Amino acid sequence: MDVAPASLWRKINTRYNLVGNTCKNCNTSYFPQRVVCRNCGRKSKLEERKFSGNGTIFSFTRIMVPPDAFREDAPYTIGLIKLDEGPMVEGHIIDNCAEIKIGGKVKTVFRRMQTEDKEDLIRYQYKFEPL
Amino acid sequence: MGYGVYVPIYRIRVEEIAKVWNEDAEGIKTSLNIVEKSVQDKDEDAATIAVQAARRAVSHAGIDAREIGAVYVGSESHPYAVKPTATIVKEAIGTGNRVMAADLEFACKAGTAGMQMVMGLIDSNMIKYGMTVGSDTAQGRPGDALEYTAGAGGAAFILGKGGSGNIAEILKTVSFTSDTPDFWRKEGASFPSHGGRFTGEPGYFNHTISATKMLFEETGFKPSDFDYAVFHQPNGRFPTNVAKQLGFTSEQIKNGLITPMIGNTYSGASLIGLAATLDVAMPGQKILVTSFGSGAGSDSFAIEVTENIEARRGSLVPVRDIISKNKTYVDYSIYLKHKKAIKKE
Repeated sequence: MDVAPASLWRKINTRYNLVGNTCKNCNTSYFPQRVVCRNCGRKSKLEERKFSGNGTIFSFTRIMVPPDAFREDAPYTIGLIKLDEGPMVEGHIIDNCAEIKIGGKVKTVFRRMQTEDKEDLIRYQYKFEPL
Repeated sequence: MGYGVYVPIYRIRVEEIAKVWNEDAEGIKTSLNIVEKSVQDKDEDAATIAVQAARRAVSHAGIDAREIGAVYVGSESHPYAVKPTATIVKEAIGTGNRVMAADLEFACKAGTAGMQMVMGLIDSNMIKYGMTVGSDTAQGRPGDALEYTAGAGGAAFILGKGGSGNIAEILKTVSFTSDTPDFWRKEGASFPSHGGRFTGEPGYFNHTISATKMLFEETGFKPSDFDYAVFHQPNGRFPTNVAKQLGFTSEQIKNGLITPMIGNTYSGASLIGLAATLDVAMPGQKILVTSFGSGAGSDSFAIEVTENIEARRGSLVPVRDIISKNKTYVDYSIYLKHKKAIKKE
Protein backbone atom coordinates (compact mmCIF):
# COMPACT_ATOMS: atom_id res chain seq x y z
CA MET A 1 0.00 0.00 0.00
CA ASP A 2 1.79 3.06 -1.28
CA VAL A 3 1.74 6.21 0.89
CA ALA A 4 2.45 9.34 -1.17
CA PRO A 5 5.03 11.58 0.57
CA ALA A 6 3.36 14.88 -0.40
CA SER A 7 -0.07 13.77 0.73
CA LEU A 8 1.29 12.49 4.02
CA TRP A 9 3.35 15.65 4.61
CA ARG A 10 0.42 18.02 3.96
CA LYS A 11 -1.69 16.31 6.61
CA ILE A 12 0.93 15.94 9.36
CA ASN A 13 -0.34 18.75 11.55
CA THR A 14 -3.93 17.60 11.15
CA ARG A 15 -3.19 13.96 11.81
CA TYR A 16 -0.60 14.30 14.58
CA ASN A 17 -2.26 17.04 16.58
CA LEU A 18 -5.92 17.12 15.58
CA VAL A 19 -5.67 20.64 14.21
CA GLY A 20 -8.86 22.05 12.69
CA ASN A 21 -10.17 25.59 12.63
CA THR A 22 -12.73 27.82 14.32
CA CYS A 23 -14.68 30.74 12.92
CA LYS A 24 -14.15 33.77 15.14
CA ASN A 25 -17.46 35.24 13.96
CA CYS A 26 -19.79 32.46 15.09
CA ASN A 27 -17.42 30.26 17.17
CA THR A 28 -18.14 27.17 15.04
CA SER A 29 -15.26 24.68 14.88
CA TYR A 30 -14.38 22.40 12.00
CA PHE A 31 -12.35 19.25 11.55
CA PRO A 32 -10.88 18.84 9.04
CA GLN A 33 -10.33 22.52 8.34
CA ARG A 34 -12.74 24.41 6.08
CA VAL A 35 -11.82 27.34 3.87
CA VAL A 36 -15.20 29.03 4.39
CA CYS A 37 -17.42 28.90 7.48
CA ARG A 38 -20.78 27.26 6.77
CA ASN A 39 -22.59 29.92 8.80
CA CYS A 40 -20.72 33.07 7.86
CA GLY A 41 -19.89 32.53 4.22
CA ARG A 42 -17.70 35.33 2.88
CA LYS A 43 -17.62 36.96 6.34
CA SER A 44 -15.76 33.94 7.72
CA LYS A 45 -12.89 34.56 10.12
CA LEU A 46 -11.36 31.11 10.34
CA GLU A 47 -8.36 30.48 12.60
CA GLU A 48 -6.38 27.28 13.12
CA ARG A 49 -7.24 25.48 16.33
CA LYS A 50 -5.64 22.49 18.02
CA PHE A 51 -8.41 20.47 19.63
CA SER A 52 -7.99 18.89 23.04
CA GLY A 53 -8.48 15.34 21.78
CA ASN A 54 -11.22 14.71 24.32
CA GLY A 55 -14.62 13.64 23.08
CA THR A 56 -17.64 11.35 23.32
CA ILE A 57 -18.50 8.31 21.20
CA PHE A 58 -21.51 9.23 19.05
CA SER A 59 -21.58 5.92 17.22
CA PHE A 60 -19.26 3.07 16.34
CA THR A 61 -18.99 -0.04 14.20
CA ARG A 62 -16.81 -3.14 14.32
CA ILE A 63 -14.90 -3.88 11.12
CA MET A 64 -14.54 -7.61 10.52
CA VAL A 65 -13.59 -7.58 6.82
CA PRO A 66 -10.96 -4.87 6.39
CA PRO A 67 -9.41 -3.21 3.37
CA ASP A 68 -5.92 -4.47 2.62
CA ALA A 69 -4.12 -1.65 4.45
CA PHE A 70 -5.77 -2.70 7.71
CA ARG A 71 -5.47 -6.45 7.26
CA GLU A 72 -3.34 -6.93 10.37
CA ASP A 73 -5.73 -4.95 12.56
CA ALA A 74 -9.09 -6.67 11.99
CA PRO A 75 -11.31 -6.86 13.84
CA TYR A 76 -11.12 -3.21 14.81
CA THR A 77 -13.48 -0.40 15.72
CA ILE A 78 -14.25 2.79 13.83
CA GLY A 79 -16.22 5.50 15.62
CA LEU A 80 -17.81 8.86 15.16
CA ILE A 81 -16.45 11.02 17.96
CA LYS A 82 -18.07 14.26 19.04
CA LEU A 83 -15.14 16.37 20.17
CA ASP A 84 -15.61 18.53 23.28
CA GLU A 85 -15.08 21.57 21.04
CA GLY A 86 -17.94 20.55 18.74
CA PRO A 87 -16.76 18.89 15.51
CA MET A 88 -17.68 15.29 14.70
CA VAL A 89 -14.59 13.25 13.79
CA GLU A 90 -14.27 9.78 12.34
CA GLY A 91 -11.46 7.69 13.77
CA HIS A 92 -10.19 4.35 15.00
CA ILE A 93 -11.03 3.45 18.58
CA ILE A 94 -8.23 1.33 20.01
CA ASP A 95 -8.83 -1.75 22.08
CA ASN A 96 -7.47 -0.92 25.53
CA CYS A 97 -9.85 -3.39 27.18
CA ALA A 98 -12.17 -0.60 28.31
CA GLU A 99 -15.78 -0.90 27.13
CA ILE A 100 -16.58 0.86 23.86
CA LYS A 101 -20.11 2.28 24.15
CA ILE A 102 -22.17 5.14 22.75
CA GLY A 103 -21.77 8.08 25.11
CA GLY A 104 -18.42 6.79 26.37
CA LYS A 105 -15.59 9.29 26.84
CA VAL A 106 -12.45 9.02 24.73
CA LYS A 107 -9.16 10.84 24.25
CA THR A 108 -6.63 10.78 21.44
CA VAL A 109 -3.49 8.65 21.39
CA PHE A 110 -0.67 8.60 18.83
CA ARG A 111 -0.47 5.42 16.77
CA ARG A 112 0.54 3.91 13.43
CA MET A 113 -2.41 4.04 11.11
CA GLN A 114 -2.08 1.10 8.77
CA THR A 115 0.06 -1.75 7.56
CA GLU A 116 2.63 -0.60 5.04
CA ASP A 117 4.86 -2.53 2.73
CA LYS A 118 8.46 -2.72 3.92
CA GLU A 119 9.73 0.18 1.81
CA ASP A 120 6.77 2.53 2.29
CA LEU A 121 6.41 5.56 4.53
CA ILE A 122 4.73 5.02 7.87
CA ARG A 123 1.53 6.94 8.45
CA TYR A 124 1.17 8.11 12.04
CA GLN A 125 -1.92 9.80 13.37
CA TYR A 126 -4.45 10.15 16.18
CA LYS A 127 -6.67 7.31 17.25
CA PHE A 128 -9.12 7.38 20.12
CA GLU A 129 -8.74 5.55 23.41
CA PRO A 130 -11.78 4.81 25.60
CA LEU A 131 -11.42 6.26 29.11
CA MET B 1 11.58 20.55 34.33
CA GLY B 2 9.32 17.59 33.78
CA TYR B 3 9.09 13.98 32.69
CA GLY B 4 6.66 11.52 31.18
CA VAL B 5 6.54 7.76 30.91
CA TYR B 6 4.58 5.51 28.60
CA VAL B 7 4.36 1.71 28.80
CA PRO B 8 1.97 -0.31 26.58
CA ILE B 9 -0.80 -2.17 28.40
CA TYR B 10 0.05 -5.64 27.13
CA ARG B 11 2.08 -8.13 29.17
CA ILE B 12 3.39 -11.63 28.64
CA ARG B 13 4.36 -13.79 31.59
CA VAL B 14 7.63 -15.69 31.84
CA GLU B 15 5.59 -18.90 32.13
CA GLU B 16 3.97 -18.30 28.73
CA ILE B 17 7.33 -17.95 26.96
CA ALA B 18 8.96 -20.81 28.89
CA LYS B 19 6.06 -23.11 27.92
CA VAL B 20 6.86 -22.61 24.21
CA TRP B 21 10.54 -23.50 24.62
CA ASN B 22 10.03 -26.18 27.27
CA GLU B 23 12.16 -24.28 29.79
CA ASP B 24 11.95 -23.97 33.56
CA ALA B 25 9.86 -20.84 34.20
CA GLU B 26 10.52 -20.74 37.93
CA GLY B 27 14.25 -21.06 37.38
CA ILE B 28 14.21 -18.23 34.84
CA LYS B 29 12.09 -16.00 37.09
CA THR B 30 14.56 -16.52 39.90
CA SER B 31 17.77 -16.23 37.89
CA LEU B 32 16.65 -13.11 35.96
CA ASN B 33 14.44 -11.64 38.70
CA ILE B 34 11.64 -11.00 36.24
CA VAL B 35 7.94 -11.84 36.38
CA GLU B 36 6.55 -10.50 33.11
CA LYS B 37 7.35 -8.02 30.36
CA SER B 38 5.48 -5.34 28.41
CA VAL B 39 4.50 -5.86 24.78
CA GLN B 40 3.56 -3.16 22.29
CA ASP B 41 0.18 -3.09 20.55
CA LYS B 42 0.07 -3.90 16.83
CA ASP B 43 0.06 -0.20 15.94
CA GLU B 44 2.73 0.92 18.41
CA ASP B 45 6.45 1.37 17.79
CA ALA B 46 9.34 3.33 19.28
CA ALA B 47 8.01 6.55 17.72
CA THR B 48 4.46 6.26 19.07
CA ILE B 49 5.81 5.35 22.50
CA ALA B 50 8.21 8.31 22.37
CA VAL B 51 5.39 10.69 21.42
CA GLN B 52 3.12 9.48 24.22
CA ALA B 53 5.92 9.90 26.78
CA ALA B 54 6.97 13.26 25.32
CA ARG B 55 3.43 14.66 25.49
CA ARG B 56 3.20 13.64 29.13
CA ALA B 57 6.54 15.31 29.81
CA VAL B 58 5.38 18.59 28.23
CA SER B 59 2.20 18.44 30.28
CA HIS B 60 4.16 17.78 33.48
CA ALA B 61 6.70 20.50 32.76
CA GLY B 62 3.90 23.01 32.17
CA ILE B 63 5.89 24.84 29.51
CA ASP B 64 5.08 26.03 26.00
CA ALA B 65 6.49 23.31 23.72
CA ARG B 66 7.57 26.03 21.27
CA GLU B 67 10.28 26.96 23.80
CA ILE B 68 11.92 23.54 23.46
CA GLY B 69 15.10 24.03 21.44
CA ALA B 70 16.34 20.45 21.12
CA VAL B 71 14.76 17.01 20.84
CA TYR B 72 16.88 13.86 20.96
CA VAL B 73 15.39 10.38 20.75
CA GLY B 74 17.44 7.38 21.79
CA SER B 75 16.34 3.95 20.61
CA GLU B 76 17.53 0.62 19.26
CA SER B 77 14.27 0.23 17.37
CA HIS B 78 13.79 3.46 15.44
CA PRO B 79 11.01 2.69 12.92
CA TYR B 80 13.10 3.96 10.01
CA ALA B 81 16.74 3.16 9.27
CA VAL B 82 16.86 6.54 7.51
CA LYS B 83 14.37 9.21 8.63
CA PRO B 84 14.47 10.50 12.18
CA THR B 85 12.11 9.57 14.97
CA ALA B 86 12.99 12.93 16.56
CA THR B 87 11.23 14.86 13.79
CA ILE B 88 8.05 12.86 14.40
CA VAL B 89 8.26 13.56 18.14
CA LYS B 90 9.00 17.26 17.75
CA GLU B 91 6.07 17.70 15.35
CA ALA B 92 3.70 15.76 17.61
CA ILE B 93 4.51 17.90 20.65
CA GLY B 94 4.46 21.13 18.65
CA THR B 95 7.95 22.55 19.14
CA GLY B 96 7.92 24.68 16.03
CA ASN B 97 10.76 24.46 13.50
CA ARG B 98 13.56 26.30 15.33
CA VAL B 99 14.73 23.13 17.04
CA MET B 100 17.77 20.88 16.98
CA ALA B 101 16.75 17.26 16.55
CA ALA B 102 18.48 13.94 16.08
CA ASP B 103 18.11 10.25 16.67
CA LEU B 104 20.60 8.54 18.93
CA GLU B 105 21.64 4.93 19.26
CA PHE B 106 23.91 3.61 21.98
CA ALA B 107 22.17 0.34 22.86
CA CYS B 108 20.37 0.88 26.17
CA LYS B 109 21.92 4.22 27.13
CA ALA B 110 21.00 6.50 24.22
CA GLY B 111 18.37 8.23 26.36
CA THR B 112 20.90 9.33 28.99
CA ALA B 113 23.39 10.27 26.26
CA GLY B 114 20.69 12.63 24.99
CA MET B 115 20.33 14.03 28.48
CA GLN B 116 24.03 14.93 28.52
CA MET B 117 23.77 16.56 25.08
CA VAL B 118 20.82 18.67 26.20
CA MET B 119 22.71 19.66 29.37
CA GLY B 120 25.56 20.96 27.22
CA LEU B 121 23.25 23.02 25.03
CA ILE B 122 21.51 24.54 28.05
CA ASP B 123 24.75 25.28 29.90
CA SER B 124 26.12 27.04 26.84
CA ASN B 125 22.93 29.12 26.57
CA MET B 126 22.12 27.76 23.12
CA ILE B 127 18.62 26.64 24.14
CA LYS B 128 16.17 27.36 26.94
CA TYR B 129 14.66 23.89 27.19
CA GLY B 130 15.63 20.56 25.68
CA MET B 131 14.06 17.12 25.57
CA THR B 132 15.61 13.68 25.65
CA VAL B 133 13.61 10.54 25.04
CA GLY B 134 14.52 6.89 25.50
CA SER B 135 12.04 4.62 23.74
CA ASP B 136 12.13 1.07 22.49
CA THR B 137 10.15 -1.89 21.32
CA ALA B 138 13.01 -4.12 22.33
CA GLN B 139 14.01 -7.08 20.20
CA GLY B 140 14.90 -10.50 21.54
CA ARG B 141 15.46 -13.55 19.37
CA PRO B 142 12.83 -16.28 19.90
CA GLY B 143 14.23 -18.92 22.21
CA ASP B 144 17.04 -16.65 23.42
CA ALA B 145 17.33 -15.56 27.06
CA LEU B 146 16.62 -12.00 25.88
CA GLU B 147 13.12 -13.03 24.86
CA TYR B 148 12.13 -13.16 28.53
CA THR B 149 13.23 -9.58 29.17
CA ALA B 150 12.99 -7.48 25.97
CA GLY B 151 10.02 -5.20 26.71
CA ALA B 152 8.43 -2.04 25.31
CA GLY B 153 8.21 1.43 26.82
CA GLY B 154 9.80 4.83 27.04
CA ALA B 155 10.38 7.97 29.04
CA ALA B 156 10.93 11.60 28.14
CA PHE B 157 12.66 14.27 30.19
CA ILE B 158 12.62 18.03 29.67
CA LEU B 159 15.65 19.89 30.97
CA GLY B 160 15.94 23.61 31.58
CA LYS B 161 18.15 26.06 33.40
CA GLY B 162 17.31 27.03 36.98
CA GLY B 163 14.13 28.79 37.94
CA SER B 164 11.12 27.89 39.99
CA GLY B 165 10.01 25.23 37.53
CA ASN B 166 12.87 22.84 38.17
CA ILE B 167 11.98 19.67 40.05
CA ALA B 168 15.57 18.44 40.28
CA GLU B 169 19.09 19.57 39.56
CA ILE B 170 21.78 17.49 37.85
CA LEU B 171 24.83 18.12 40.01
CA LYS B 172 27.32 16.17 37.93
CA THR B 173 27.53 13.69 35.09
CA VAL B 174 30.40 11.57 33.79
CA SER B 175 30.69 8.76 31.28
CA PHE B 176 32.86 5.68 31.02
CA THR B 177 33.19 4.37 27.47
CA SER B 178 35.14 1.59 25.76
CA ASP B 179 34.91 -0.49 22.60
CA THR B 180 33.48 -3.69 24.07
CA PRO B 181 31.65 -6.08 21.70
CA ASP B 182 29.18 -7.52 24.20
CA PHE B 183 25.92 -7.02 22.23
CA TRP B 184 25.23 -5.91 18.66
CA ARG B 185 22.77 -5.87 15.79
CA LYS B 186 23.88 -5.26 12.22
CA GLU B 187 21.93 -3.38 9.54
CA GLY B 188 19.04 -5.53 8.34
CA ALA B 189 19.26 -8.06 11.15
CA SER B 190 15.96 -8.54 12.97
CA PHE B 191 17.42 -9.49 16.32
CA PRO B 192 20.48 -8.54 18.33
CA SER B 193 23.27 -10.99 19.07
CA HIS B 194 25.23 -11.06 22.28
CA GLY B 195 28.25 -12.56 23.90
CA GLY B 196 26.37 -14.59 26.50
CA ARG B 197 28.18 -14.39 29.81
CA PHE B 198 30.63 -11.91 28.27
CA THR B 199 27.84 -9.29 28.49
CA GLY B 200 28.10 -9.42 32.28
CA GLU B 201 31.53 -8.71 33.77
CA PRO B 202 33.37 -6.97 30.87
CA GLY B 203 30.18 -5.26 29.71
CA TYR B 204 27.52 -4.27 32.23
CA PHE B 205 29.44 -4.57 35.49
CA ASN B 206 32.74 -3.04 34.38
CA HIS B 207 31.14 0.03 32.79
CA THR B 208 28.47 0.59 35.43
CA ILE B 209 30.92 0.30 38.30
CA SER B 210 33.63 2.35 36.58
CA ALA B 211 31.31 5.23 35.70
CA THR B 212 29.79 5.30 39.17
CA LYS B 213 33.19 5.24 40.86
CA MET B 214 34.39 7.99 38.53
CA LEU B 215 31.42 10.08 39.62
CA PHE B 216 32.27 9.42 43.26
CA GLU B 217 35.90 10.46 42.71
CA GLU B 218 34.97 13.69 40.94
CA THR B 219 32.27 14.74 43.40
CA GLY B 220 33.41 13.25 46.68
CA PHE B 221 30.04 11.54 47.06
CA LYS B 222 29.74 8.06 48.49
CA PRO B 223 26.81 5.60 48.32
CA SER B 224 25.43 6.70 51.69
CA ASP B 225 25.09 10.27 50.38
CA PHE B 226 22.32 9.12 48.06
CA ASP B 227 18.76 8.41 49.10
CA TYR B 228 18.07 6.49 45.90
CA ALA B 229 20.04 4.76 43.17
CA VAL B 230 18.95 3.71 39.69
CA PHE B 231 21.02 1.40 37.53
CA HIS B 232 20.35 0.14 34.04
CA GLN B 233 18.27 -2.95 34.37
CA PRO B 234 18.63 -5.51 31.54
CA ASN B 235 16.99 -7.91 33.99
CA GLY B 236 16.16 -7.69 37.67
CA ARG B 237 19.34 -9.39 38.84
CA PHE B 238 22.14 -7.26 37.35
CA PRO B 239 21.14 -3.94 38.99
CA THR B 240 20.66 -5.68 42.32
CA ASN B 241 24.13 -7.22 42.10
CA VAL B 242 25.86 -4.07 40.89
CA ALA B 243 24.23 -2.02 43.65
CA LYS B 244 25.55 -4.46 46.21
CA GLN B 245 29.06 -4.37 44.72
CA LEU B 246 29.07 -0.57 44.85
CA GLY B 247 27.85 -0.44 48.44
CA PHE B 248 24.20 0.53 47.91
CA THR B 249 21.41 -1.14 49.85
CA SER B 250 18.33 -2.82 48.37
CA GLU B 251 16.26 -0.05 49.98
CA GLN B 252 18.07 2.56 47.87
CA ILE B 253 17.32 0.83 44.55
CA LYS B 254 13.85 -0.62 45.11
CA ASN B 255 11.87 2.39 43.85
CA GLY B 256 13.74 2.56 40.56
CA LEU B 257 13.77 -1.18 39.88
CA ILE B 258 11.01 -1.56 37.27
CA THR B 259 12.32 -4.27 34.93
CA PRO B 260 10.88 -7.21 36.95
CA MET B 261 7.38 -5.95 36.02
CA ILE B 262 7.84 -4.68 32.44
CA GLY B 263 11.10 -6.14 31.19
CA ASN B 264 14.07 -4.28 29.79
CA THR B 265 12.80 -1.33 27.76
CA TYR B 266 16.35 -0.80 26.45
CA SER B 267 16.82 2.97 25.91
CA GLY B 268 13.85 3.63 28.17
CA ALA B 269 14.97 1.49 31.11
CA SER B 270 17.22 3.84 33.12
CA LEU B 271 14.97 6.84 32.44
CA ILE B 272 11.82 4.98 33.53
CA GLY B 273 13.70 3.95 36.68
CA LEU B 274 14.62 7.59 37.30
CA ALA B 275 11.03 8.71 36.72
CA ALA B 276 9.72 6.11 39.17
CA THR B 277 12.23 7.38 41.73
CA LEU B 278 11.30 11.03 41.16
CA ASP B 279 7.67 9.99 41.76
CA VAL B 280 8.50 9.35 45.42
CA ALA B 281 11.58 11.49 46.10
CA MET B 282 11.30 14.40 48.50
CA PRO B 283 12.99 17.83 48.42
CA GLY B 284 16.70 17.72 49.20
CA GLN B 285 17.07 14.01 48.50
CA LYS B 286 19.80 12.80 46.17
CA ILE B 287 19.50 10.24 43.37
CA LEU B 288 22.32 8.40 41.64
CA VAL B 289 21.58 7.19 38.11
CA THR B 290 24.01 5.06 36.12
CA SER B 291 22.87 3.83 32.74
CA PHE B 292 24.58 1.22 30.59
CA GLY B 293 24.62 0.73 26.86
CA SER B 294 26.27 -2.23 25.24
CA GLY B 295 29.12 -1.60 22.92
CA ALA B 296 29.81 -0.16 25.58
CA GLY B 297 29.41 2.76 27.95
CA SER B 298 27.80 4.06 31.11
CA ASP B 299 26.57 7.56 31.97
CA SER B 300 26.46 8.36 35.67
CA PHE B 301 24.47 11.26 37.15
CA ALA B 302 24.20 12.79 40.63
CA ILE B 303 20.81 14.45 40.96
CA GLU B 304 19.34 16.51 43.80
CA VAL B 305 15.58 16.98 44.12
CA THR B 306 14.36 20.55 44.61
CA GLU B 307 11.60 21.90 46.83
CA ASN B 308 9.32 22.28 43.77
CA ILE B 309 8.83 18.58 43.24
CA GLU B 310 5.79 18.02 45.43
CA ALA B 311 3.84 20.99 44.08
CA ARG B 312 4.55 19.83 40.54
CA ARG B 313 3.23 16.29 40.99
CA GLY B 314 -0.37 17.45 40.51
CA SER B 315 -2.05 15.22 37.96
CA LEU B 316 1.13 13.26 37.11
CA VAL B 317 0.34 9.54 37.08
CA PRO B 318 3.10 7.68 38.95
CA VAL B 319 5.12 5.14 36.97
CA ARG B 320 4.02 2.31 39.22
CA ASP B 321 0.36 3.14 38.49
CA ILE B 322 1.06 3.32 34.76
CA ILE B 323 2.57 -0.15 34.76
CA SER B 324 0.24 -1.86 37.21
CA LYS B 325 -3.19 -0.54 36.20
CA ASN B 326 -5.11 -1.59 33.12
CA LYS B 327 -2.66 -4.27 32.00
CA THR B 328 -3.73 -7.11 29.74
CA TYR B 329 -2.01 -10.46 29.33
CA VAL B 330 -1.39 -11.99 25.93
CA ASP B 331 -0.46 -15.53 24.99
CA TYR B 332 2.56 -16.34 22.85
CA SER B 333 0.69 -16.33 19.53
CA ILE B 334 -0.80 -12.86 20.15
CA TYR B 335 2.64 -11.73 21.35
CA LEU B 336 4.12 -12.80 18.00
CA LYS B 337 1.40 -10.91 16.16
CA HIS B 338 2.04 -7.73 18.16
CA LYS B 339 5.77 -8.08 17.47
CA LYS B 340 4.96 -8.51 13.75
CA ALA B 341 6.75 -11.87 13.79
CA ILE B 342 3.73 -13.39 12.05
CA LYS B 343 1.78 -11.59 9.34
CA LYS B 344 -1.14 -12.13 7.02
CA GLU B 345 0.03 -12.59 3.45
